[in-house]
Amino acid sequence: MSLLATQALAKAFGENRAVNSVDFTVKQGEVLALIGSNGAGKTTLVNLISGLYRPDSGSIVFEERDVTRQSSYGRIKAGIARSFQIVNLFDQLSCLDNVALSIFSREGKTLKLAALASRDRAVWDEAQGVLRQFGLDPKAAVPAGAISHGERKLLDVAVAYALRPKLLFLDEPTSGVSTREKAPIMDIVSAIVRSGGITVVIIEHDMDIVFRYSERIVVMHQGAILADGSPDEIRRNDEVTTTLIGTHVTGEPAFENGNHAGH
Amino acid sequence: MTMEKHRPLLRTLAWVIPVAIALLAAPHVVGPFQTLTLLYGLVFGIAVLGFNLLLGYTGLLSFGHSAYFGAGAYTVAFMVKYFKVASMELFLAGSVLISVIISLLFGVVCVRYTRIFFGILTLALSQVLWSLAFKFFWVTGGTDGLRVPTPSLLGAAPLADKMEFLAFQYYYYVLAVFTVCVIVMWVIVHSPFGKALQAIRDNETRAEFIGIRIRRYRLIAFVVSGAFAGLAGALWAPLNGLATPDVLVWTFSGEIVFMAVLGGFNSFIGPIVGAVAFTYLKTYAVGFTVYWQLLLGTVLVVLVLALPKGIMGMVELLVAKVRRSR
Amino acid sequence: MDFLLIHGLNALLYSSVLFLIAGGLSLIYGVMRILNLAHGSLYAIGAYVTAWSIGAAAAAGAPNAVLLLLLPAGAIAAAAVGAVLEPTLLRPFYKRPEEYQLLVTFGLLMILEDLIHLVWGPNPLSAGRVYESFGSITISGARYPAYNLAVIAVGIIAALFLWAFIYRTRFGVVLRATSQNMRMASALGVNVNRIYIQAFTIGCFMAGLGGAIVVPGQSAVLGMGVDALILAFVVVVIGGLGSLEGAFAGALIVGFVREAGVALFPEVELAVLYLIAAIVLFVRPAGLFGRA
Repeated sequence: MSLLATQALAKAFGENRAVNSVDFTVKQGEVLALIGSNGAGKTTLVNLISGLYRPDSGSIVFEERDVTRQSSYGRIKAGIARSFQIVNLFDQLSCLDNVALSIFSREGKTLKLAALASRDRAVWDEAQGVLRQFGLDPKAAVPAGAISHGERKLLDVAVAYALRPKLLFLDEPTSGVSTREKAPIMDIVSAIVRSGGITVVIIEHDMDIVFRYSERIVVMHQGAILADGSPDEIRRNDEVTTTLIGTHVTGEPAFENGNHAGH
Repeated sequence: MTMEKHRPLLRTLAWVIPVAIALLAAPHVVGPFQTLTLLYGLVFGIAVLGFNLLLGYTGLLSFGHSAYFGAGAYTVAFMVKYFKVASMELFLAGSVLISVIISLLFGVVCVRYTRIFFGILTLALSQVLWSLAFKFFWVTGGTDGLRVPTPSLLGAAPLADKMEFLAFQYYYYVLAVFTVCVIVMWVIVHSPFGKALQAIRDNETRAEFIGIRIRRYRLIAFVVSGAFAGLAGALWAPLNGLATPDVLVWTFSGEIVFMAVLGGFNSFIGPIVGAVAFTYLKTYAVGFTVYWQLLLGTVLVVLVLALPKGIMGMVELLVAKVRRSR
Repeated sequence: MDFLLIHGLNALLYSSVLFLIAGGLSLIYGVMRILNLAHGSLYAIGAYVTAWSIGAAAAAGAPNAVLLLLLPAGAIAAAAVGAVLEPTLLRPFYKRPEEYQLLVTFGLLMILEDLIHLVWGPNPLSAGRVYESFGSITISGARYPAYNLAVIAVGIIAALFLWAFIYRTRFGVVLRATSQNMRMASALGVNVNRIYIQAFTIGCFMAGLGGAIVVPGQSAVLGMGVDALILAFVVVVIGGLGSLEGAFAGALIVGFVREAGVALFPEVELAVLYLIAAIVLFVRPAGLFGRA
């Protein structure tokens, strides 16, 4: 049963067919990695599904409902959320405020102007809980603009997670983060989404992360899906390894030891 | 332990109480001229408080707030001239209603844009109102303006001595309205809606992606902001005795911005401090030299170059320094 | 027929001056993304300097030919002021949020308006002798001041000159490149600071020239800069911020609408202009020729 399915989805920017008639499906509960070289169309696909872009043609079906015509607002309310590759946070507000805003919005409470926000204990308790899950509770009162890059990447995910979405897109959750910080961040994110039963699509360039944390990999190239399968299948797929040059296709995490498996 | 928990509250009361006492005592301690200057400051304070909901909290710089202030003032003048109304309460109600309507109309157009285009649009629309007031002189009195006599407050007729009325009865009336406005704005700013506005200010893309329809929120902020300005305009009209197009012209909008920047638009009370400070600054500058615009213009330039956080920014730095040296 | 012709010429006169002011404003915005609220004051400086130098020369007994040569004095003065202002007051703001430039140029407006008052006093300055020296010509039976035709000519020449300058010279290419992509231009070796000060100076020269050529026909008075700015504003809003063609088209539209208003419905003339600006902003915020 697919949670999300796109049919012949297409988007072009002038001459460039960024997404070229893509049929992309995501099954309930899975953790899927979306990979491909730069310009393959991964971010455009996510932008189309989350509602940032309007498709030129094709359809998007979420939970068996056609959401193609819906605005991003509608899709968020339906249960699709995303984090951003370039961190998008409310920098002048505290980390706690950032998460709390997602919760206020989710609960439909953001139009209340005659009540003090501080009085809604349930929201703040939940926000505190989310921060704790992400290991960010020491920084609860610190403005989001003042924490480290790795913490900002985590917070970016936390803000999307606090919407309690059914489908969560993580756009390069470890980009710009040092190699030794990547695994800890992904461990946290992975544990949280699995325990919450959230379906996750991760856009990633780091192949170690991809092979370690995903159950299914979809490879995109020049706006189309090149391959779709389990990490083992993809590892053995020659077409994939030739188009994605310079990637670790053995699946051994580079930071454990220097040897490749089997050599 | 309870002392610790209530520290921020105590810290706030530490300055709120003396200020409140000073404001309450003012008419009895200083002369009528001083009291009236302070009164003008409080009235503009309400307008700038409203203005800052848009600038400090939503990140939108309006260069056309004179439109709502002026609308409030002229509503009072029209109610006097055409409907023979003399009740301050009716003036306030009418002005808020008219300024809400106008800010809704203008806002629907303006919130579709941000940054410079937003500023330009607000300016152009306020000039439409100014030109109407200027040109339709048989309705609006043109540059001569329309007289606004002293109103009745809560049903009580005004005193015969206008100065005494303004410096006492009217002063306390305005102070009460001012206090209510401050409390209302404080609640709005600390409400979930206020937090959402700040989110929009900080990152409109992210705000959109946590499910906030930013145009709608900006419009609500715009209308609330306009209502405050209109209310202030209504309070200003009897004080000034006259409603003229000067209160609609774009350079007056610039003064409102100046006041917010002077006080510090990143804080809640900054705008009020700025409004009072600017009123005193302008009053003394005008009395001191015919080139008062040069003086004020220089202040603004220096402010923007060196002290963008305004007076409250400086106060915060000082307080932080004092605390660190302890 | 005379009615239309005379009013048409008046409209063109007005458009000429407007084009110079608005064109300068638009050029500056197009290249530097700065909306200079004090731009009208440079127009005023142009008017005052020209009027003052012509008045001084006339008092010294100079012949009409000399007075004519002094006309551009205001433009040069305005350009000089611009050349000083850009590096000192505007450059610190390029890296800051754009709202700050509105604030600093508003402060500059207040300063310049009072400096004009300080230097030249409260009374209007005129350069009427130049106006009269042109005499009048007869157009279909009516007498029309020849000077006005000269102003229209200056406007057209300025438009052609600018167009050639921006689209046909190497400097113009660099200017356009910088306005489209400042970082790219800088990476390609363009001295962006120098381009900025040059563009700003040219823009101020245009505003000053507008003031200089208008002053023989109407006196230089306090506050003329503030009034001019708001009209220039309407022109660039209608025509499109940053576009020279837009300033040209906008100036023509505003000139003719205003003239029609003055002739037929004087009360609503101003309001109609602002309303047109607001409608254009609503329907096509980039203006007729601008890019958003």
